[in-house]
Amino acid sequence: MSIASTQKRGFGAILWDYLTTVDHKKIGNMYIAAGAFFFILGGLEALIIRIQLVKPENDFISAGLYNEMITMHGTTMIFFAATPLLIGLMNAIMPLQIGARDVAFPFLNSLGFWLFLAGGLLMNCSWFLGGAPDAGWTAYAPLSVVSPGHGTDFYVMGLQLSGAGTLMGGINFLVTIVTMRAPGMTYMRMPLFTWTTFIASVLILFAFPALTVGLFLLMFDRMFGSAFFDIALGGNSIIWQHLFWIFGHPEVYILILPAFGMFSEILPVFSKKRLFGYTSMVFATILIAFLGFMVWAHHMFTVGLGPTANAIFSVATMAIAVPTGIKIFNWLATMWGGSIKINSAMLWTLAFIPSFTIGGMTGVMVAISTADYQYHDTYFVIAHFHYVIVGGVVFGILAGLTYWWPKLFGKVLNETLGKIAFWLFFIGFHLTFFIQHFLGLMGMPRRYWVFLEGQGLDTGNLISTIGAFLMAIGSVVFVYNVIITSIKGEKAPADPWGDGRTLEWSIPSPPPEYNFKQLPLVRGLDPLWIEKMEGNNKMTPAEPLDDIHMPNGSILPFIMTIGFTIASFGFIYQVDHSAWLIAVFGGMAIALGTMLARSLKDDDGYHIHKEDLEKEVD
Amino acid sequence: MTNNTNIDKINSFQKQEQKQEMKHQVITFVLMIVFTLIAFLAVASDLDKIFVIPLILILAVVQVGFQFYYFMHMKDKGHEIISTLIFSGIWIAAVAILTFTTIIWW
Repeated sequence: MSIASTQKRGFGAILWDYLTTVDHKKIGNMYIAAGAFFFILGGLEALIIRIQLVKPENDFISAGLYNEMITMHGTTMIFFAATPLLIGLMNAIMPLQIGARDVAFPFLNSLGFWLFLAGGLLMNCSWFLGGAPDAGWTAYAPLSVVSPGHGTDFYVMGLQLSGAGTLMGGINFLVTIVTMRAPGMTYMRMPLFTWTTFIASVLILFAFPALTVGLFLLMFDRMFGSAFFDIALGGNSIIWQHLFWIFGHPEVYILILPAFGMFSEILPVFSKKRLFGYTSMVFATILIAFLGFMVWAHHMFTVGLGPTANAIFSVATMAIAVPTGIKIFNWLATMWGGSIKINSAMLWTLAFIPSFTIGGMTGVMVAISTADYQYHDTYFVIAHFHYVIVGGVVFGILAGLTYWWPKLFGKVLNETLGKIAFWLFFIGFHLTFFIQHFLGLMGMPRRYWVFLEGQGLDTGNLISTIGAFLMAIGSVVFVYNVIITSIKGEKAPADPWGDGRTLEWSIPSPPPEYNFKQLPLVRGLDPLWIEKMEGNNKMTPAEPLDDIHMPNGSILPFIMTIGFTIASFGFIYQVDHSAWLIAVFGGMAIALGTMLARSLKDDDGYHIHKEDLEKEVD
Repeated sequence: MTNNTNIDKINSFQKQEQKQEMKHQVITFVLMIVFTLIAFLAVASDLDKIFVIPLILILAVVQVGFQFYYFMHMKDKGHEIISTLIFSGIWIAAVAILTFTTIIWW
């Protein structure tokens, strides 16, 4: 810890520190905190959905409110919970894994975070301003174009803001990994989590523009009277579906690939064995990303694309099972013959393998276009994607958080509580979603706010709701664990697991703001493990101790974001009264003015001097 | 003294390189202007559409190639990641355009 940050400071100073920070670790922590907030929000929406469906013809909430609930649950969980939690972990961990002192563009990193947060908050403002978006998280046209009120406008502007933030994050990670690897860290020596961050960033770079274009078309149709999706005026509503899924399918890989990366980090450490088939893991990741861009129309088999298109997209989709299968077998082989230690991070990982495989298997089932006519828009699909997203992404996030918690916050999470949280969540998850496969096969359609009595759906739905509550209790235990650990937990050493293999475990927990006093020399895959095997307990430095150049903090990203948010409100309400255009122009003026200020004023950063570094104890 | 001759040799090598580079830049620049003129002339003339449209498209593709490889230095060393990413992007866009033209608009 540096000297400055160990001193006690007032609340105002801490708040100002976080508003202006460009430190990748603090930004990562803010991503995780915001992601956790939205995860709880999306979870509450899920509970309301399940309470409504606990018995036939329930009237807990109205049909309209139910539509808002499902829309906000999906959107919140994908865009504002899963994505930021993963980006937070990437932000905090990836630079440490490649031996970098920060990301390539610290200012942009901060701007990306604030834009994402503003987007999420903006969309949730709609609850208090006349109703949330209600056209489903996919917002299919023409429903989304004609949906009354401002709900869908909030969807468009919220996603546009946070999408811009995510795109910045992705580009930042790409440049960081390409240009800032420590001496000796070749591509094929990068840890798997760094690799998956890299590939997920490529996917962000290519997928998000499609969403941006789609949202712009929707925005113009709703706010400025264009007719891109209006068939009566020569538009074509299918274009929205294509644009949305050209983005939407890679998006699920943006979520799952980093989760794969985390499991590939956890398994070798707690099996005390090198990751099996490292090269094939990297290759499989690239192959999944490549194929992931050529399968989007499998979400649209029942649209009527014709048998040729359906067949092509069907075969391409099934092909993805091959690289994914390679990964599953590699994980199993990593454990084979290893000295396995089972703790809560490992429990999430072990539970992930069969859960995700079930999701993958139903994935191949829905990929068969002829059979998909039977599954489409039923609970079978709901069960399928919750098995891959909860069983894959959420388990991955919880495993990754447990594993890296000491590195992020300097304290090891309580094991007993971690295990209790795991078992509650794990049992709850399977209770909730396994039965939904059969509800779907029995014909229960998705997105309906009630179901009828005496159709054999009652028991299944009751079980599903009970499971949802178990998951909620599991999450509460996890949060309780976080709170109790931050109050009572003991300070963690640099390598709390004892078997850390990658660079992040060679520096203190939490790391100082400059990460590495001297950049480490990387001599192979799992660099810290190599040093340990040769009897060194730390990395060999690649450079002499010298002044470290650091970027200055800045409030500008926050102000810029406020400008864009004001402009977004202006865009939403200028339909009602043209006086709102003042907000559009005012907001844009703030944002563009801040950009101008940033461009004109040179910021050279500052140096941490060699003498101060020497004074600090390791 | 030997040191100096070495440096002179390096300098003359660099000069040679830069001269070569400059030559390439000028040639591509002139070619691009010629291509643009051909495109304009082709439109202005009474030639058949079937001929003019593919011609302009081909000239455009070549110009994009010049832009990438000469003016943006993609031919130089250290640009492997950049070209991989650019070609991935082109591939993804091409797949999307192919799909749109075959199953939406056709």
